[in-house]
Amino acid sequence: MNKQFDILVIDDEQVIIDAVNKICSAEGFKVDTSIDAKDALEKLSKYSYKIIVCDIMMPDFDGFEFLDEIMRRKITSPVIMTTGYSTVENAVMSLYKGAIDFIPKPFTADEILNSIIRAMKYSEVQKMLLASHIQEDDATIIYVPCPAKYYRLGYSSWAEEENAGSILIGVTDLFLKTIEGVEEIEFQKIDEEIIQGNQCASIKSKDGLAHNVLSPVTGRIIERNEEVLKDVSILEKDPYFNGWFYRIIPSESEYELKHLIPCSSDRL
Amino acid sequence: MKTMFNKIGFKLILAVGVTALLTIGIFSYFNIHSHSASLLAEVELGANQLSETIIHSTRYDMLLNQRDRINKIINTIGEQPSIRTVRVINKSGAIIYSSHQADIGRMVDKNEESCYACHAANKPLERLPIKRRTRIFRPVQSAPRVLGIISPIYNEESCWQADCHAHQKSQTVLGVLDITISLEEVDKQIQKSEMEIIIFAITAVLALSFIIGFFVRRWVVKPVNELLKATNQVGVGNLNYTIKDRRKDELGMLARSFNNMTQKLSEARMQLFQSDKMASLGRLAAGVAHEINNPLTGVLTYSSFLLKRTENNPELHEDLKVIVRETKRSREIVKSLLDFARQSVPKKNEANINEIIERSVLVIENQLTINHIKLNKNLDLSLPTITVDANQMQQVFINLIVNAADAVGTNGGTISINTALITLSPYGITHIKKAICPKRHDLTDNEYKIDGMPSIKLKILSLAGEDIVHFDPVYGRNRHLTNITELKNDEKVVCPQCNTSLMEENVKCPKCGSAVISFDIPTQGKFESCTSKSCGWQRWDAVDNEGKREYIEIKLSDTGCGIAKEDLARIFEPFFSTKGQKGTGLGLSVIWGIIDNHNGTISVESIINKGTTFTIHLPLRQAR
Repeated sequence: MNKQFDILVIDDEQVIIDAVNKICSAEGFKVDTSIDAKDALEKLSKYSYKIIVCDIMMPDFDGFEFLDEIMRRKITSPVIMTTGYSTVENAVMSLYKGAIDFIPKPFTADEILNSIIRAMKYSEVQKMLLASHIQEDDATIIYVPCPAKYYRLGYSSWAEEENAGSILIGVTDLFLKTIEGVEEIEFQKIDEEIIQGNQCASIKSKDGLAHNVLSPVTGRIIERNEEVLKDVSILEKDPYFNGWFYRIIPSESEYELKHLIPCSSDRL
Repeated sequence: MKTMFNKIGFKLILAVGVTALLTIGIFSYFNIHSHSASLLAEVELGANQLSETIIHSTRYDMLLNQRDRINKIINTIGEQPSIRTVRVINKSGAIIYSSHQADIGRMVDKNEESCYACHAANKPLERLPIKRRTRIFRPVQSAPRVLGIISPIYNEESCWQADCHAHQKSQTVLGVLDITISLEEVDKQIQKSEMEIIIFAITAVLALSFIIGFFVRRWVVKPVNELLKATNQVGVGNLNYTIKDRRKDELGMLARSFNNMTQKLSEARMQLFQSDKMASLGRLAAGVAHEINNPLTGVLTYSSFLLKRTENNPELHEDLKVIVRETKRSREIVKSLLDFARQSVPKKNEANINEIIERSVLVIENQLTINHIKLNKNLDLSLPTITVDANQMQQVFINLIVNAADAVGTNGGTISINTALITLSPYGITHIKKAICPKRHDLTDNEYKIDGMPSIKLKILSLAGEDIVHFDPVYGRNRHLTNITELKNDEKVVCPQCNTSLMEENVKCPKCGSAVISFDIPTQGKFESCTSKSCGWQRWDAVDNEGKREYIEIKLSDTGCGIAKEDLARIFEPFFSTKGQKGTGLGLSVIWGIIDNHNGTISVESIINKGTTFTIHLPLRQAR
């Protein structure tokens, strides 16, 4: 662990490695790259990285196997998955397997950068959490975990089944902690269809970055939380109850909820 | 020859023929038997009577022992043609009188067949029933049969008291009278009736076989052959073959259920074919998406990165903006390719149709200039914004303009694009997307499309049979695919799946007075239509009540080669292409899908060598 990098980029396409390298280097990040996952795992055992950006579709050793492997090795660096094969299944699977974000290819410089910045922040938050555990300092609450009966997609959005069969969705407190204060929220229209693992809302943070929120379930929007649109501070005060985003009629919740992480597992 | 024996008709005829032959044969046998028995009995009776007559008529001469007279009588009787011999044999076995003079005085062997009946047990019997006194024999082989009858002459008081004293009182039987009668006539008669009966039997069997054969052919062989032909046709893959069999029996039912089966099979095959195409298209799309997304990522990341770094260089910045925007569009196109494979919903936003058209034109303007195509844009600048998926709409316009340019060719021509805000009554344009019968069977038929829209399948049931009507799914347009022009009295329109009547009782068409049918349109009430094709009255209250609606009309015309009439109906079908190897055939079906997803309509008019006009109507506000 003698060498410290900020980002490890893994992709079988040199042009993408170069592009991400260029974008991140311009922002002052120290970037290391790897053309395949095996090489990346070797590098991971030698050096330490704050975050990892990994492609899913790679020959021999794909992104999912890579995710499994680093989970087995207990490497805590957050992973951002990218893929040209941007299906819902891939997105949800990545987040289920422990990736913190999923960016479909092709992405813009801002999209990858914003995700990396969030991942950096996420990494910091996790470190603070670890530190507070070591100090056994429970008085400082770093972020509020989502309520037990909620489900979450990665760490970013949550879904709650309501009695009427509808589903309430919103963003987690941890997601809000990884962005620099909410400036503005952009919602989709009522009656529109949102798809699991696809963008359903956009949050503009105070530093001018736009952050995409991925929908945890597929369904038709029947109600939007207009209060949050008017007063974004509600979101930061109470992201799990008053700060909900949409009420939707799910199209296949039973199947989809299986691929989300139950929030009750966070408390074990 | 072997195949003939294997034929069901032949087997049936054979079975019937054999049965008839057996019954008639047995019947004839017994008939002939009883007939000849009764004939013989008659002869027997006659012979017996004759014997009695001879005995009685010679009795007096016997008593007087006048042998000449007796001889004379016997000879006279013996001259009759059917009577062969008349003999009187005395107790000791000597022939004392005979119609053959030579026989007189000859001794008769006790074992001779005429004596055998009484002398079989050595001791002569004295009384015998008539049956046992007669015998039928052939004196010589090949000679006609002969019936012989023996009548014993019993001793009487007058005999032993007669003057001649020839007989003692102790004797019971004095002698026998033996008459033999030729059976030639009888045998001829028997033979004749035998012949008759055999001829009758053969005729009957033949006639029966022919009649059975005729009906078997009519009722079994023909329909079975028809079925066989149909199965062969289906076997070689022609699933559109239908049996035109309207009979009501089991084979008719079989034919109908066969037709039904082939139709279902053809539908299933079509669906399989379609889903197969879709699946391979999906795989293709996914493969292409992955392959294209990587290079696109290179373009997009670099260009967006450059865009960020050139904010103080306005000239470069603007150009880079175009690159980023168009790359993002490529991204959406690739995504929509994946979405198409997954049939996803459009992402609708407020947009100005004119702007989308302008942007589409920009993309292909160069191509048009190269081909000397003049582009006339006549855009209504006061158009309000409309909620559409701008990317999908752009795809529609680019596709249509490219098609138009292809139709015009390289020799120059004009493409004009007009937009306008129009108000249309729902009559004549509203599309019936789904129709159900009272038992909630889906009536829409994806197999038969009218202008790209699934038709509504109805069945006309009558005493004569049934017929299918493909009903135009556009309210008030009346371009049904049907052979029937007017509904007759015994005909009624029913659901093709459950035969539930769709006829409106007590409702008559307000325009022409014909019968009216109705079906339900989910969430949009009841749809009524006149059954007369020439009238075409239809009513859809739920839609009418919304009143006239505003539409954005986009007309895209070219002065190209036009589309042949037979192709016109099919151009919106997936994989239908008039461009041969050049096109995939997906363009117009995708366009149709996009417009349909926006609840709009697209129609086409074309004149060969004059040009083609596509008209798109997009509703300004979505119907609730």
